[in-house]
Amino acid sequence: MELFVAQIITGLANASSLFLVACGLSLIFGVTRIVNFAHGSLYMLGAYLGYTFMQVLPGALGFWSSILLAGVSVGVIGILVEMLVLRPVYKAPELFQLVATFGVILVIQDIALIVFGPEDLLGPRAPGLRGVFRVMGEPVPKYDIILLVITPIVALALWYLITQTRVGVLVRAATQDREMVSALGVNQAWLFTGVFGLGSALAGLGGALQLPKGGADLLMDFHILAPVFVVVVIGGMGSLPGAYLAAVIISVLNVFAVTYLPQSTLVLMFVVMIVVLTIRPYGLFGREEVAGEHGQVGEPERPIKPASPRVQLLTSVFILLLAMMPIYSASFSLVFTTDVLIFCLFAASLHFLLGLGGLVSFGHAAYYGGGAYVAALLVTHANTPMELAFLLAPLGAGIAALVIGWVCLRLTGVYFAMLTLAFAQLLWSLVFQWGEVTGGDDGIVNIWPSEWLKPTIVYYYLTLLFCVGGILLLRHIAHSPFGYALRAARDSKRQAESTGIDTRKIQLLAFGFAGFMGGLAGALFVFSKGSVFPNELEIARSFDALIVVFLGGVKTLAGGVAGGVFFKGIEDILLKFEYWRLVMGLLIIFVVVLAPEGIVGSLRKGAERLNLIKSKDM
Amino acid sequence: MLRIDAINSFYGKAHVLRDLSFNVCKGHVVALLGRNGAGKSTTMKSIMQLVRPSLGKITFKDEDITGLPSHQIAKLGLGYVPEDRRIFTDLTVVENLLVGRQPPREGAVTWSQEMLFDLFPNLAERRNNRGKALSGGEQQMLTIARTLMGNPSFVLLDEPSEGVAPVIIEQMIKVIGQLKSEGLTVLLSEQNLHFAQAVSDSAVIIESGMKMFDGTLEALNSKPEIRDAYLAA
Ligand SMILES: Nc1ncnc2c1ncn2[C@@H]1O[C@H](COP(=O)(O)OP(=O)(O)OP(=O)(O)O)[C@@H](O)[C@H]1O
Ligand SMILES: [Mg+2]
Repeated sequence: MELFVAQIITGLANASSLFLVACGLSLIFGVTRIVNFAHGSLYMLGAYLGYTFMQVLPGALGFWSSILLAGVSVGVIGILVEMLVLRPVYKAPELFQLVATFGVILVIQDIALIVFGPEDLLGPRAPGLRGVFRVMGEPVPKYDIILLVITPIVALALWYLITQTRVGVLVRAATQDREMVSALGVNQAWLFTGVFGLGSALAGLGGALQLPKGGADLLMDFHILAPVFVVVVIGGMGSLPGAYLAAVIISVLNVFAVTYLPQSTLVLMFVVMIVVLTIRPYGLFGREEVAGEHGQVGEPERPIKPASPRVQLLTSVFILLLAMMPIYSASFSLVFTTDVLIFCLFAASLHFLLGLGGLVSFGHAAYYGGGAYVAALLVTHANTPMELAFLLAPLGAGIAALVIGWVCLRLTGVYFAMLTLAFAQLLWSLVFQWGEVTGGDDGIVNIWPSEWLKPTIVYYYLTLLFCVGGILLLRHIAHSPFGYALRAARDSKRQAESTGIDTRKIQLLAFGFAGFMGGLAGALFVFSKGSVFPNELEIARSFDALIVVFLGGVKTLAGGVAGGVFFKGIEDILLKFEYWRLVMGLLIIFVVVLAPEGIVGSLRKGAERLNLIKSKDM
Repeated sequence: MLRIDAINSFYGKAHVLRDLSFNVCKGHVVALLGRNGAGKSTTMKSIMQLVRPSLGKITFKDEDITGLPSHQIAKLGLGYVPEDRRIFTDLTVVENLLVGRQPPREGAVTWSQEMLFDLFPNLAERRNNRGKALSGGEQQMLTIARTLMGNPSFVLLDEPSEGVAPVIIEQMIKVIGQLKSEGLTVLLSEQNLHFAQAVSDSAVIIESGMKMFDGTLEALNSKPEIRDAYLAA
């Protein structure tokens, strides 16, 4: 009993910074509809800045003012990010802002590395709060008790701001119908900036407050992201009480898991999330998302047409050039091209889901990494011949996608996206923590292709065959009745259903098929590298694919491929530099701001303007 | 006061307004009439720049407002009452009014919450209820009251009679008369001819986004063939 109480207190204390970060994210999403992936980075900056201030400011007063200062500084940084990066892209298609926030993540990672160095920083103890209190005989760190008190105070202050002031009224009104708020004479731009600043400040505060418990390191940004999203989704997007309750549930459960079932810690929160969303699809306190309600009316999408002869010719020439590559280029460029091809297939499979199906999956790495792991596990544990493992891998990934899709497709919009992310993280955690089978962090090695496929050239042709074949197949399906039905379901579920299309079935099949293709890419990957590690399942890998699809252009079929080539090409050049993330991040931000239609879309527009092509081409 | 000059508006590729022009003079109530889908609401949205006309010009108080952000147009004293009411359902009546509040404006009545509660006594009783708890008629009054909180000198009123009980319509007619007597200019979109005739000085009739008639109510009444051709029975 005593231990139980002490653990609950620890759990509640841990919930405190999680809550601050999560409610900042929730607030930002509620008003701006932006899923701010850079929120973890702001949290990380809060920790580093807090640490830096604490080095300068002495004593208890210095400690607490450092925390406040960190919050304020991160708030200012957030305002800058909003004004410089997000403002130019508010008019862009929904979710496009995501890519901009990916760019911000990369930039902040390298800036933190440059400014604060690569070493993990041990957080300073809070002056005067070093020891423990005895609660029913059990030791509880004094700082935990303080956190326990601080969180409700911050929550109360927020509650006051949101419910009792005009600014709060405007924020709530804008959460429901921001166009109407603007028509009533309120400048949305400043409202957005303010909310973004406030949300960022809360993230910074959370980062600084957890310093005595966790310190500061360069991985904090991604590590907090998954729990924060889980908390926001369980609580209900945009609900502050929901965020608090969810943060408490997750943190308390986590403390118990550490004690009683240490292998389950990473998996646990996703299980909780899946259970909650199965019972309450929009979170504990959330309400149904009405997508596109009173939204902007964008330019109509061009109907996709079969390729014109000119485009068919160009494509054939391109494929021919690829096929003749072994004749005119060195073996290392074959290896590189193999990488690019695999990545393009991976991106194209996501594009199929996202562009045609309108199904924004944040966790597509689950099927890519999943396919790779299926193959690797079959080879390692069942002595499966390589050829068979290679064929079973996409099948396994496809089946996983069907199961996951079946659960996720009950939801729409951001909730759908979050749930797909959660499943991907669940898979990642399983692989990471189930070391006996998956090798955990050490991965699985020695997964080579059969003798006859081993030479670089042969494997190159294998990859070329499956990638080009796969991409052409994806394209072919886009132009088939199935593709039309999928787009009909995306554009208007109700209309599609009234014409007799079973939208759910169509979408589920599309999800499964995209998973299958992702798995195929994964299988090609694992045998080309000979090994696989959990990072192929990571959030960052899913983000890579998302960046590529958005950069390439969601609306154009060539988008996934063009984005893939661009991304891998740039990455190959940039990886030689020490601060490649910074350059890459800035580049992404520039593309997003300057070419909101993606690379292919913008090129096409430019070419049309110069009369190089007629709009019916491509 | 408001001059609309050959505007063309689109939803995607659908051409909804075609070279539409008309004027609204200070102190007048002008009815914008037309059948379902004629483009009345689109005209209102185009004036507020919620839909951006791709051609044409709109001037308000001698100022070109084409292309301005909506909030700046509202700040010039142009109030917008949307057709589907769009009240903030999670906010209370008082909070809804608070969203609409703007500083006093020269040449327009400065409304306070209490004055609006006098104008719409039903709302006064429900001041602490959430928007979603209100009846259709109450919601309609709330949208009008919310816009008046911005102290507009000109109001775009989009089908205030839609889906409300006849008693409320009568009350609405009284309110508009009172607003007019206080100097407010109104552009009123309507399908209810009775309502329109009770409050307006002149009428503009549109069909498929094109102007079919522009003149006084007497002129309209003397041409029943126009009424029969472009207005629902
Ligand atoms: N958001 C939209 N997207 C595409 N088309 C639209 C949109 N809103 C309206 N339309 C179309 O534009 C045309 C004009 O619509 P509008 O709402 O302006 O008509 P209205 O005269 O206000 O009709 P009502 O009396 O039904 O309110 C209609 O054909 C309608 O179908
Ligand atoms: Mg209308």
